[in-house]
Amino acid sequence: MVIQNRIAEPTSREIPPDLTIPKLFLQKAAQFGSNRVAMREKEGGIWRPISWERYLKNVRDIALGLCRMGLQRGDKVAMIGDNRPEGLWTEMATLCAGGIAVWLFQDCLLDEVQYILDHSDARFLVCEGQEEVDKGLSIRHKCPGLQKIIWDDPKGMRGYTEECLVSLKDVMRLGRESAERDPSELDEMVQQGHGNDVALLFYTSGTTSEPKGVLLTHHNMLTMGAHLMEVDPCLASDDFVSFLPFAWIGEQMMSISCGLLLGFTINFPEEPETALSDLREIGPHVMFAPPRLYEQMTRTVQVKHLDSGWLKRIAFRWAMAIGHKVADMKFKKLPVPWTWRVLRRIAFEGVHKKLRDHLGLSRIRNAYTGGAALGPDHFRFFHALGVNLKQIYGQTEIAGISVVHRSDDIKFDTVGKPIPGTEIAITEDGEIIARSPSVFVGYYKNPEATAGTLRDGWLYSGDRGFIDEDGHLVVFDRSKDVMTLVDGRPFSPQYLETRLKFSPYIKDAWVIGDRREFVTAVVCIDYSVVGRWADGLGVNYTSYSELSQKEETYQLIAAQIRDANRDLPPPARIRRFLNLYKEFDPDDDELTRTRKLRRAFVEQRYGSLVEALYAMVDVYHMDTTITYEDGREAKIRTDLKIRAVPETG
Amino acid sequence: MTTPHTTIEDEVILSLQKVSLDFGRVRALVNVSLQVRRGTIHSIIGPNGAGKTVMLNCISGLYRPQEGTILLDGRPINHLKPYERARLGIARTFQKIELFKGMTVLDNIRLGRHMHLHSGVLSGAFYLGKTAREEIEHRAFIEEEIIELLEIAHIRNRVVGMLPYGLQKRVELGRALALQPRIILLDEPLAGLNLEEVEDMARFILDINEEERWRITCVLVEHDMGVVMDLSDRVFALNFGVPIMEGTPAEVQNSPAVIEAYLGQEDRYATRR
Repeated sequence: MVIQNRIAEPTSREIPPDLTIPKLFLQKAAQFGSNRVAMREKEGGIWRPISWERYLKNVRDIALGLCRMGLQRGDKVAMIGDNRPEGLWTEMATLCAGGIAVWLFQDCLLDEVQYILDHSDARFLVCEGQEEVDKGLSIRHKCPGLQKIIWDDPKGMRGYTEECLVSLKDVMRLGRESAERDPSELDEMVQQGHGNDVALLFYTSGTTSEPKGVLLTHHNMLTMGAHLMEVDPCLASDDFVSFLPFAWIGEQMMSISCGLLLGFTINFPEEPETALSDLREIGPHVMFAPPRLYEQMTRTVQVKHLDSGWLKRIAFRWAMAIGHKVADMKFKKLPVPWTWRVLRRIAFEGVHKKLRDHLGLSRIRNAYTGGAALGPDHFRFFHALGVNLKQIYGQTEIAGISVVHRSDDIKFDTVGKPIPGTEIAITEDGEIIARSPSVFVGYYKNPEATAGTLRDGWLYSGDRGFIDEDGHLVVFDRSKDVMTLVDGRPFSPQYLETRLKFSPYIKDAWVIGDRREFVTAVVCIDYSVVGRWADGLGVNYTSYSELSQKEETYQLIAAQIRDANRDLPPPARIRRFLNLYKEFDPDDDELTRTRKLRRAFVEQRYGSLVEALYAMVDVYHMDTTITYEDGREAKIRTDLKIRAVPETG
Repeated sequence: MTTPHTTIEDEVILSLQKVSLDFGRVRALVNVSLQVRRGTIHSIIGPNGAGKTVMLNCISGLYRPQEGTILLDGRPINHLKPYERARLGIARTFQKIELFKGMTVLDNIRLGRHMHLHSGVLSGAFYLGKTAREEIEHRAFIEEEIIELLEIAHIRNRVVGMLPYGLQKRVELGRALALQPRIILLDEPLAGLNLEEVEDMARFILDINEEERWRITCVLVEHDMGVVMDLSDRVFALNFGVPIMEGTPAEVQNSPAVIEAYLGQEDRYATRR
């Protein structure tokens, strides 16, 4: 193997090999006791604190309760539900008892739940409430290993009599009895653990194939957290809001690894619908979210801007212009002259401060984005507001993160430098490979895939990229997703898509153009924003599909694409596009659960549509069958218009 | 999936005995008798103008029947004013939403608890002792139980008039629940709701009826026969102020008189229980 390019960062922090997450948890609980708040949950409109002492007690009760019910070391416990303290307690309890935690996305469809439960050999499924219990019950007979289904929210559970159902309260009662008999049991259990034990079994979202089960050890998780904290130290007094799925490795990395290493306070929103307003109330110091959250924030600001009065609009534009100017100087590492600093201060006091407060970012020290690429326009937007937004790169297979921007060294076309203790290299094929103590031990029950991904201690990511002159890693895209333009130049469709998505009117986009004469795009409009725009113009519509096919909408989207085309080399410009009659949806397999486009799938599903885009016709007659969630089928017959994008001036 | 009632108590909580009400020469109710048992969902059906809402108004005290007696727990309540009946545990919602549109969701629901406030003007003005304690208790009840039950946490501070119709209906139910009633009179709670909202509302009605915490007897006036037949323990059919029949949903569905007067066709309904 020829490794062309290699960058490594030394580390000064060592994690002892026998340290486990539960051991650290007991240390922190003893250290902080009842004086410090471990987590808060908003309940009944009030933030209710939970001290470390209570956290410990609850984890103890659940852990011992699960053991009484027959949990053995190495058993898998699957969990599904919203972010809530009970979810974190159960996960910690599983780890304390030597079990392996398996998180499912809450909106997983039955097939996925069944696949993961069956494949992981989970013996326990911990649900939040009725909805999840129903999922569990309906696939129980197909997962012979599943013994008990535990639930914690009693709402709607009154009529359930199935024997396999146990309430979390009952589990905790069992645990309490055990603890009263033998107060040291938990300690002994935890001491049996070793850093090399497997802690998590996480299923990758799989843009390409069946989900694969990633086995991560305690050591993997703890070293990753310690190394990230070496770059951007958090304080024990920091606040963090946990509202992204626990099944996402990024949330685990913050709530479990970093949270435990430092002991910052984890805040749980009241309901998923209130997450963003709860975020504002807390004003976290650190957050990690996939691009879609930042995209949504930008969109909120842009929409509010469209709706506001002329004075506010002028103030906003002026403040953003100053913000962008200063941010660009920082990106170029130029000194900021005092005149600009003064202007910047005025813009901050007048506009940015208020805006950041509304977004819940008023206290943010470090904001990370990861999981997919965030468009440069979004990046600049947040830096113009003075939000220290950084790109993270990593995979579930490396416990979530291997590369990150440094605070004073941000380039938005790169993902930054490796975190300490990590080596990144590029193979001669241009594939990014990584080596660190956080690299996983293998895929569960899948030695072929493991052998393909783990070679000589290196993790083969399947991503293509290179290391630039400043030692930053640049990630192209999934190797197979990079397209070749007509002039033979490689190009990333994702880059074009994120540019398109900077327009508030465009929710999703799919760019096509591999070995084609020119580039085209399939656009999903943002129903609420385009809808409001149409209301203002007096355009009538009754549904998403009707609105998407309006001539006015096409003109609007064409203008947006023309803006995105600006500063692109001519072969990379989008020439023709169509508005899809529906949004891309994870339930239709078009997106992953983390909302990444599943390119191979959409290519297959909308193949004829792509042909139409290149066939120089104005209308495409769509005739397709769709399957509803309950299995019903319906025929869709509709005409989709295809339009050319006007040349950029 | 839930099991049907296992314990329908036999005790009659509300009864109408030969109640008649005329508006001039219009006979709105003629000799109507009804026995509502504790813990049941008792539906009143009938074509438009049959007198269903008039019956609810007689029960809640908005109308005074000229003849007949209305008994709550065996005691006549004919002479009581609406607010006195509310104090005895009768709450209601309206066919057309009757909320304070300029106030927030939380304030509307809070108003429903007004009856349970016992502190005086003076201590209220200075927010002293009992007032503060009361306020905290009521708040806990409203926030934790009602808002949680009806899943309206995300709109608690929104002004009611700005909310979609379906959510306003929920808020109205919330205000009625704030009274902590023993009987709730629901006047077309599903009218104007879309399919999904109907399912939610039907679920909430079942919840307040069956959940140990609430156990509220429901008198339901509704045109959505699917929901009526599915939720009700007993159904009472009315036509032009005259009772046609009363019985279980199955009996009423199969009654030729009811079919002729109202249902029109012999449809079977799927079950939500």
